[in-house]
Amino acid sequence: MAVDTTTGSSTGLPPELHDATRDETSLRRFLHGLPGVDQVGVEQRAAGLATRSIKKASKLWAIDTAISMVDLTTLEGADTAGKVKSLCAKAKRPDPERPDVPQVAAVCVYPDMVATAAEALRGTGINIASVATAFPSGRSSLRIKIADTEFAIEQGATEVDMVIDRGAFLSGRYGQVFDEIRTIKQACGDTHLKVILETGELATYDNVRRASWLALLAGGDFIKTSTGKVSPAATLPVTHVMLQAVHDWHAQTGQLRGVKPAGGIRATKDAIRYLVAVHEVAGEQWLTPDLFRFGASSLLNDLLMQRRTQLDGHYSGPDYVTVD
Amino acid sequence: MNWEYAPAPESRAIANLKPNYQMFVDGQFVDGGGEPLKSINPATEEVLAEVATANAEDVDRAVKAARRAYDKVWGKMPGAERAKYIFRIARMIAERSRELAVLESLDNGKPIKESRDSDVPIAAAHFFYHAGWADKLDYAGYGPDPKPLGVAGQVIPWNFPLLMAAWKLAPALACGNTVVLKPAETTPLTALVLAEIIRDADLPPGVVNILPGAGDVGATLTTHPGIDKVAFTGSTEVGKLIQRSLAGTGRKLTLELGGKAANIVFDDAPLDQAVEGIVNGIFFNQGHVCCAGSRLLVQESVADEVLEKLRHRVSTLRVGDPLDKNTDVGAINSAEQLAKIRELSASGEEEGAERWTSPCPLPDKGFFFAPTVFSQVSQSMRIAREEIFGPVLSVLTFRTPDEAVAKANNTPYGLSAGIWTDKGSRILWMANKMRAGVVWANTFNRFDPTAPFGGYQESGFGREGGRAGLEAYLDV
Repeated sequence: MAVDTTTGSSTGLPPELHDATRDETSLRRFLHGLPGVDQVGVEQRAAGLATRSIKKASKLWAIDTAISMVDLTTLEGADTAGKVKSLCAKAKRPDPERPDVPQVAAVCVYPDMVATAAEALRGTGINIASVATAFPSGRSSLRIKIADTEFAIEQGATEVDMVIDRGAFLSGRYGQVFDEIRTIKQACGDTHLKVILETGELATYDNVRRASWLALLAGGDFIKTSTGKVSPAATLPVTHVMLQAVHDWHAQTGQLRGVKPAGGIRATKDAIRYLVAVHEVAGEQWLTPDLFRFGASSLLNDLLMQRRTQLDGHYSGPDYVTVD
Repeated sequence: MNWEYAPAPESRAIANLKPNYQMFVDGQFVDGGGEPLKSINPATEEVLAEVATANAEDVDRAVKAARRAYDKVWGKMPGAERAKYIFRIARMIAERSRELAVLESLDNGKPIKESRDSDVPIAAAHFFYHAGWADKLDYAGYGPDPKPLGVAGQVIPWNFPLLMAAWKLAPALACGNTVVLKPAETTPLTALVLAEIIRDADLPPGVVNILPGAGDVGATLTTHPGIDKVAFTGSTEVGKLIQRSLAGTGRKLTLELGGKAANIVFDDAPLDQAVEGIVNGIFFNQGHVCCAGSRLLVQESVADEVLEKLRHRVSTLRVGDPLDKNTDVGAINSAEQLAKIRELSASGEEEGAERWTSPCPLPDKGFFFAPTVFSQVSQSMRIAREEIFGPVLSVLTFRTPDEAVAKANNTPYGLSAGIWTDKGSRILWMANKMRAGVVWANTFNRFDPTAPFGGYQESGFGREGGRAGLEAYLDV
């Protein structure tokens, strides 16, 4: 791990957090000194909070907020310019018959599709998120990961979704993971960096908490659960642990960082459960697309159908929303 | 962003509330000789229903009916046959669970999410569990052919009205006893719906009799010479009176009384889940829980962090309409109990503890008390020694495990304790040192019919639930 020569004041971190990144040993000691996560307890809490009953005006507000938080995603080998363009059209006007539906937060694509998306979204204010760093496995050299990131940004990405090296993390080489995130962050400059932890491969909640803090220490603007290519992807308890991390980070540093669950969130009911968790675990100020996103594709149409149901008083069915 | 959850109330109509409720004696619903009582909704202070109460003759009639049922039918019925009735009761509770949950929340003030997700399902589970024992008592470890005791007189409290009725009735019936049960004065309604279920399950007349009334009915019942066994859950004060009155009679007694449980958080605990456990320990059911974790013992090295997390978490608790599905903390059961909580909280301030109260809004009507945390509490203060039975937590600190043990055990009670640490060996060491009937590790307030529940010292004696709980209703 590279020795950090910056001083505490220049990173803006309180001394105990700044010291945590001094060297590999300090980092390990800090991450292993974080309080553990009790599996039964966090799952019980997540299940309990999932019983909140969100109705009427509060439901409509949640649906619109969730729409505005969607990173509308296509990450397939089969992606084409046509597919990406139609996704961008959907992002701009999710429900063509209802112009009051908010735009989504971002469109998320592979780096080679960024230019197409940037062209289609010019002037809309919708962000162009690109996965990078040898997504989804992260199995390549740092040189290639940097090049991948720089390419995405050159093409017009305003947000980069990087993956961490889970192999390095699981074998305890935290310094390497930290350096890699920090290097990509430097390559990003002002571009928003989301750090994908791939919690399905980290397996334990203790690991999720450690990886969350590692990514926050290294400068990630967002911590993101999953690539969507590994099962399980996002789960409520994992998101609880991550929301708790950004809450605690804010309490210690005054800095606001975001959370993005991705993969497997398909229904409005689930999205609302996530928003309740954001509201009650992290806090009210995280209820904004600047600090919370959903990585999803099919979720958007379910949100649109539920929105119509709320406003029209009856279900209309999947043929009344566009399939893109 | 300000996201207000819209009200999501469960419909009151589901409770099938009736203007009048009668007592259940010898298989019949009948009027009582006592002055009818009015059960009120503690969340609105409105009268819910008028309920018949028993007088001394009614108690006598019920005990005689129970004796007849015991001698003629229930006492000699094969266990496998008794089991069928008990299974039927369990099934019918599950079928009428929504009605029971709404009625319980109306009458008691507890939030619907608790009556729906805890009280009613666990009540059904107790009947299911004990139905399974009825034909296997020979193998319970109490000899080859353990006999029932006869007629049981049971008196239950207002904090878990239906659940406590289930805890009392299910083992008594499974073991072949007949019962006269008195529900609490302020919460008689669900026990009387349970009486309907018992009637509809075709239980032979007299096997279960339910007599609402105040403490005088309880006193008449527990001292009635026709009773073979007394089971009481309630205050230590009344428990002592009952024990005194039964001394020398040879009748069997089990008591489940007050508590002042310690919830002990070590510095290596999973802190976020410990905070959840602390909240669940003291704010579950408005703190009206005899085994509530009302004393938080936290290691000094993490005390500030835990308190900060705790205050943030407690400020997210939603206090209000018990029927709203999003309510976390409901109404205090009675004006009398609210006054007691206020008086003890005031004493905490007077004695120098630091009071923090959740800034949550409270309804204008009804008996409500905002969740409150006292820090800087010492063992000598009343709020550290006396049972508050409300949403009030006293926080004390300790430096070493030995000090934690000494402080936790420094109480005349001994019902429950909680231990929070990631170290398994310390859990086992602590659990052995705790003078408490129930010790939870990295969790709190978890109830299961298979796990025996009961106390030490002034928290009472005898166990309910599990194999150990059968002993209270068998002649062993």
